[in-house]
Amino acid sequence: MKSKNLSILTNGIIKENPVLRLVLGTCPTLAVTTAAVNGIGMGVAATIVLVCSNLAISLLRNFIPDKVRIPAFITIIAGFVSVVQMLVKAFAPSIDKSLGIFLPLIVVNCIILARAEMFASKNAVLPSILDGLGMGIGFTATLTLMGAIRELLGAGTIFGLTVTAEFIDPMIIFLLPPGGFFVFGILVALSNSLAKRQGKPVVEHLGCANCPARSACKNAVADGEIPQECEKVGGGDE
Amino acid sequence: MNSTTSIVSILLAGILTNNMVLSKFLGICPFLGVSKKVNTALSMSIAVTLVMVIATAVTWPIYTYLLYPNFTYLQTVVFILVIAAIVQLIEVFLKKFIKPIYNALGIYLPLITTNCAVLGITMLNITDGLNFGLSLVNALAAGLGFMLAMILFAGVRSKLDTADIPEFLKGLPITLIAAALVALSFLGFAGIGG
Repeated sequence: MKSKNLSILTNGIIKENPVLRLVLGTCPTLAVTTAAVNGIGMGVAATIVLVCSNLAISLLRNFIPDKVRIPAFITIIAGFVSVVQMLVKAFAPSIDKSLGIFLPLIVVNCIILARAEMFASKNAVLPSILDGLGMGIGFTATLTLMGAIRELLGAGTIFGLTVTAEFIDPMIIFLLPPGGFFVFGILVALSNSLAKRQGKPVVEHLGCANCPARSACKNAVADGEIPQECEKVGGGDE
Repeated sequence: MNSTTSIVSILLAGILTNNMVLSKFLGICPFLGVSKKVNTALSMSIAVTLVMVIATAVTWPIYTYLLYPNFTYLQTVVFILVIAAIVQLIEVFLKKFIKPIYNALGIYLPLITTNCAVLGITMLNITDGLNFGLSLVNALAAGLGFMLAMILFAGVRSKLDTADIPEFLKGLPITLIAAALVALSFLGFAGIGG
């Protein structure tokens, strides 16, 4: 039992890393990682919301009617996001400033809704908390790594400490949007080749497999055509 | 006079210099997920633009007349619920009254509730302190910018299908690198419209 809990916790950190393996939460991943410290700030804020919402949804999983579960999940998540938003504003105003609109946008971060839908709504409280914690740590670690890479190449510093800025001219492009896409692409390529070496499937393209709105999408199948991307999943991805 | 210049500069900023997807990183999921074909990209972006404008038209008065100044902390909760409700209403309305549009766009609507571009633009309108009219223009500009990025990127991706891609980059990585190049081209617009 203990080892099962441990594997739930570590699952999100490496095997199912939300950013590199599940490709969820790409918006904040690309937007806030201009510095390593922003990655930590975003990661910790999202982790707190993730753990709390998984806890609450797991407790309420037998009371929320199936039909309205998505709006119910969103309301619960939005409540926790507001709390975190106020706490960050009060105690870490500089992080609030650098995360800007992406702090309230944690509400629509796919990782949180996806974990609510796929894990917390089906599992007991303790595993749900561990799942949220593991996913949060995986998210934080990846964001921090990506922030550190972009900060090092784009400004020559890591966590604000000068590293290479004095003898290598920083390449500002890495702090700009194209650099974000580029570094993320290279990181996914690296994680793909590591996965391949271990005989695991690579991330082909961003499909519906992990989309939290997938169930709504599948309901739409009866009404007519669905985009090819969704069709593939409907065809038996699981 | 003053308002015409600001409308033009908001449109230019939203579509080119401050593009929703390529410089603000909002709506990356549909940008990467639904951009395989030009026509699906177009339908998705029309749906997003529609929801953005309607959501702004509803959330701006709610914030200005109900939430401000005492209940601003409720912004996140209220906005996301309002957007979810609007998307549902639009879906029901289209299904009932304008069936052809529903058939074309309906499948994208459920995806839009959790699209950060829609929540993002309604919040940015408030933080930027725009008035009602300019907020609507801003939402429209953001939607058109989203559409431009989606269509351009769908075009780029259709070329990728036949390209000889290094084994290492096949799949999602090359899509992201292509997105980096498209974003790079948009940097060239920096400075237009002040």
